[in-house]
Amino acid sequence: MIATATDWVRVCRLDDIVPLGARVLPATKGDIALFRCRDDSVFAVLNRCPHKQGPLSEGIVHGHQIACPLHSWVIDLESGEAVAPDIGCTPKLPVRVIDGEIWLSPTR
Amino acid sequence: MMLPLESATSRERLVVIGNGMAGMRTVEELLKLDPARYDVTVFGAEPHVNYDRIMLSSVLAGEKQVDDIVINPRSWYDENNIVLHAGDAVMAIDAVARTVTARSGLTVGYDRLLLATGSKPIVPPIPGLNLPGVCAFRDIKDVDTMIDASSRYRRAAVIGGGLLGLEAAWGLKRRGMEVAVIHLMPTLMERQLDETAGRLLQRDLTERGIAFFTNGQTEEVTGTERVTGVRLADGREAPADLVVVAIGIRPETDLARAAGLEVNRGIVVNDNMSTSDPDIFAIGECAEHRGQVVGLVAPIWDMARVCAHHLAGGETLSYAAQATATRLKITGIDVYSAGQLAAGEDEDEVVLRDARRGAYRKLVMRDGKVVGTVLYGDVNDGAWYFDLIRRQTDVSDFADRMILGQAVTQAAGGPAALDVAAMPDDMQVCGCNGVCKGTIVEIIKAKGLTTYDAVKAHTKASASCGTCAPLVRQILADTLGIEVSGPAIPTVCKCTDRTHEEVRSAIVAQGLKTQDAVRAKMGWRNADGCASCRPALNYYLLCAWPGEYQDDSRSRFVNERMHANIQKDGTYSVIPRLWGGTATPGELAAIAAVATRYNVAEVKITGGQRLGLYGIKKQDLPAVWSALSDAGLVSGHAYGKSLRTVKTCVGLEWCRFGTQDSTTLGKMLERLTWGNWTPHKFKMGVSGCPRNCAEASIKDFGVICVESGFDLLVGGNGGIELRGTDKLCHVATEAEVLEYAAAFMQLYREEARYLDRTAPWIERVGIEYVRKRIVEDEAGRQALQQRFRVAQSYLQDDPWAERGKRGVDAHEFTPLAVLG
Ligand code: SRM
Ligand SMILES: Cc1cc2nc3c(=O)[nH]c(=O)nc-3n(C[C@H](O)[C@H](O)[C@H](O)COP(=O)(O)OP(=O)(O)OC[C@H]3O[C@@H](n4cnc5c(N)ncnc54)[C@H](O)[C@@H]3O)c2cc1C
Ligand code: SF4
Ligand code: FES
Repeated sequence: MIATATDWVRVCRLDDIVPLGARVLPATKGDIALFRCRDDSVFAVLNRCPHKQGPLSEGIVHGHQIACPLHSWVIDLESGEAVAPDIGCTPKLPVRVIDGEIWLSPTR
Repeated sequence: MMLPLESATSRERLVVIGNGMAGMRTVEELLKLDPARYDVTVFGAEPHVNYDRIMLSSVLAGEKQVDDIVINPRSWYDENNIVLHAGDAVMAIDAVARTVTARSGLTVGYDRLLLATGSKPIVPPIPGLNLPGVCAFRDIKDVDTMIDASSRYRRAAVIGGGLLGLEAAWGLKRRGMEVAVIHLMPTLMERQLDETAGRLLQRDLTERGIAFFTNGQTEEVTGTERVTGVRLADGREAPADLVVVAIGIRPETDLARAAGLEVNRGIVVNDNMSTSDPDIFAIGECAEHRGQVVGLVAPIWDMARVCAHHLAGGETLSYAAQATATRLKITGIDVYSAGQLAAGEDEDEVVLRDARRGAYRKLVMRDGKVVGTVLYGDVNDGAWYFDLIRRQTDVSDFADRMILGQAVTQAAGGPAALDVAAMPDDMQVCGCNGVCKGTIVEIIKAKGLTTYDAVKAHTKASASCGTCAPLVRQILADTLGIEVSGPAIPTVCKCTDRTHEEVRSAIVAQGLKTQDAVRAKMGWRNADGCASCRPALNYYLLCAWPGEYQDDSRSRFVNERMHANIQKDGTYSVIPRLWGGTATPGELAAIAAVATRYNVAEVKITGGQRLGLYGIKKQDLPAVWSALSDAGLVSGHAYGKSLRTVKTCVGLEWCRFGTQDSTTLGKMLERLTWGNWTPHKFKMGVSGCPRNCAEASIKDFGVICVESGFDLLVGGNGGIELRGTDKLCHVATEAEVLEYAAAFMQLYREEARYLDRTAPWIERVGIEYVRKRIVEDEAGRQALQQRFRVAQSYLQDDPWAERGKRGVDAHEFTPLAVLG
């Protein structure tokens, strides 16, 4: 889906997330996890591992991937897909970093 | 066809029918022996150069491109003056006139002819197989058909649950299709696996989303314009837009039969690979040797060597069939089998199951020798068993341990690791790519290779199915003169080829003080590492540079980062330290108050003699800790690769058998060692007498009090793999107990691999070594305990107080503003 300009909300500053860290954004439709990678790219996914709903925000970030804290599935943040051999997908949300601020489009 | 004049007169003419793996391998071998002897002409029905058929599975699974699997590019044919007619099948052989005629009408004369026509897929006699959307799994064309279908259709059915069918199913699944496998037999891969392994395989593939119809006799492929599904004899139906038929292969013998050669199931050949016509040779899957046909490449490489030898005028080599091993090429599923699958009369079966790891292994033994093996889940010992099968090594003295694998058997003095040094140079190591030991050694030396990956890249050994990877590593170690005992030394993780030991010693020797420096110096393949190596590096640096290295919370597993154990529902548990398992009324009251105030879902007495509070929300953790801190309680590190509990019994104070004050000694040990980080968790127990109520003999460090002092025990483990302790020594005083404990813990900290408990570490280095360092070397023991105390001066800071009282890492515990 294509988000319109008005859909974007400012969430926090990039610096509110430590490098290789994550923050949780509670949301009515399910908590959202925001990740900051080494290259300062930011990803947002539903904070729910496709395996057994583990909180991905508590995992270890490496590259553009996150290892789930419960049973170590690895989720690719670019696609939301579990990395082989595991199969599953976590919904992604569009996110942008503009002038050090993180914007999210909660449409999904 | 015009041939260069010179060669037309002086050279013999060799024509090869079949541009596949067997045919071109023979030509390669022949060029090595006598490059000038023949003018070589090759006919191939497929419009391609010679490629690695095995790797079609990887192409289908999206792991490789067609270009990656070419064995010999066009330039190879040109450089060796080989005339290739690709896409032009031979239609007839005239064995009297000694010519072959191709579909294009081209007729070529030969002095020697080599048939390497491979196999064709078996087509079952059922209606509907001519519909669009049906294919086999044999060549590039089939793979193209499947890849194309996967991008346009949703459902696939694979008929046949053998090796090929399952690899097809997995590839299609990887490409996003819904896949059903229809298999005639009750269990999968019944030719290579026994029933149990077949069932495990089915379970694991089912978990990965593949559906199975076992005991399924296909009656019809349905559809009118294109396939719509498969109907089984018992009425079951599998809807499908693509049907792959993989029920087996049959040697391609039509040409040979028509030419009047002796043909059985395959083209009959003798030990030098010649057919009933001495100028016509046959090799590969189309050939039948002593009643046997082959369907794997390993024996084909042997055939190629023998055949080339005779084509080059040799007379000595003869082909003899060897046992073969199979491995399924599905990433993450490890199955290995070799030799006999089940015991016949006069044979024994030994079976080992490890339900937790989903692993299974079976050995078939006859007269004290291994004659077959089936491995599922953990296949690292496959190469070792296979070697024992091929060599017919007598292992009767170790029969009871063989099943436990190489490491355990050798520890008991059993047959050595594949003795790579004693292996003859011409022994084949990599069956898939036909690489023998001599070649690997030669290339390692010539190119100065030092890593496994480099050897793999340069020699292709272990590059296909991977079965022989442990062997290749051992050959590398042997060639470089590095000591290896037991199984290949594991690397830290997939990000690097370096072992834990290499990384640890480089950190100290080269003064590496950050993770980035380690990753840069030690050839990491990615900047961040991964969830396996980051915690390991963080620990190694922390251990090497106490007080200097800044702990990296981003490299800590969640429990250690949060200083609480994450639970399945995302809440946390809080377990305060109860020194030696004792508590004051005030401490109990404080715990009770916290449990009431924060609505703790459960309070439980843990297996480690303390109280656990369960179901605490992440954002409440700092407040809970702060309240516990007020009562003087500190973190119990129930979450850490660190000192856990020191279990004690009541001992001399109360017990009628007690010989020493075990409770107090336990508390002293806990005060000395708490807060420490270790390669894995570290537990202690102190029992007041040999009745051992504190279970000291299954702890990492245990003390059993006796009248004359204290027996010190190490390397116990009560967890997954039960191991009783080894006795370290006997000491007379409490002060010595503390000194030995600190020294032992430091030795473990400095030398074990991350995530090794003391038990596997001692299994590897031997208790003798530990005694030498701790008991016999007094100065060394003092130095170790000194380093331990230095580390403790930095580590004994209660992480709960820091976070509960001083606001450390506050961002970890506070969510962002709620989103609508
Ligand atoms: C809480 C407790 C069970 C209980 O309700 O009593 C427990 C709970 C867990 N154990 Fe345990 N173990 C507990 C005592 C034990 C014991 C008994 C003991 O310590 O005397 C053992 C066997 C002794 C041993 O370790 O040798 C034990 C052997 C394990 C193992 C297997 C370790 C091994 O080396 O084989 C694991 C898995 C692991 O660590 O990888 C494990 C892992 C776990 C984990 C951490 C699993 C996890 O990662 O989430 C559990 C955490 C639950 C939680 O949040 O509290 N737990 N665990 C016990 C904590 C005691 C404490 O006060 O700290
Ligand atoms: C998907 C797949 C996965 C496999 N995985 C493994 C594995 O993991 N391990 C393993 O050991 N083996 C594996 N195999 C089997 C292995 O590929 C074969 O054993 C090997 O390729 C046989 O070699 P060959 O030369 O006898 O036959 P082929 O490689 O099939 O070569 C025969 C060639 O002859 C051509 N030909 C036939 N008739 C004519 C004619 N009249 N004129 C001209 N050309 C003709 C064919 O088109 C073909 O190109 C796998 C096979 C497949 C299909
Ligand atoms: S035995 Fe330990 S790891 Fe297993 S469920 Fe119980 S607490 Fe959890
Ligand atoms: S819940 Fe994420 S790996 Fe199991």
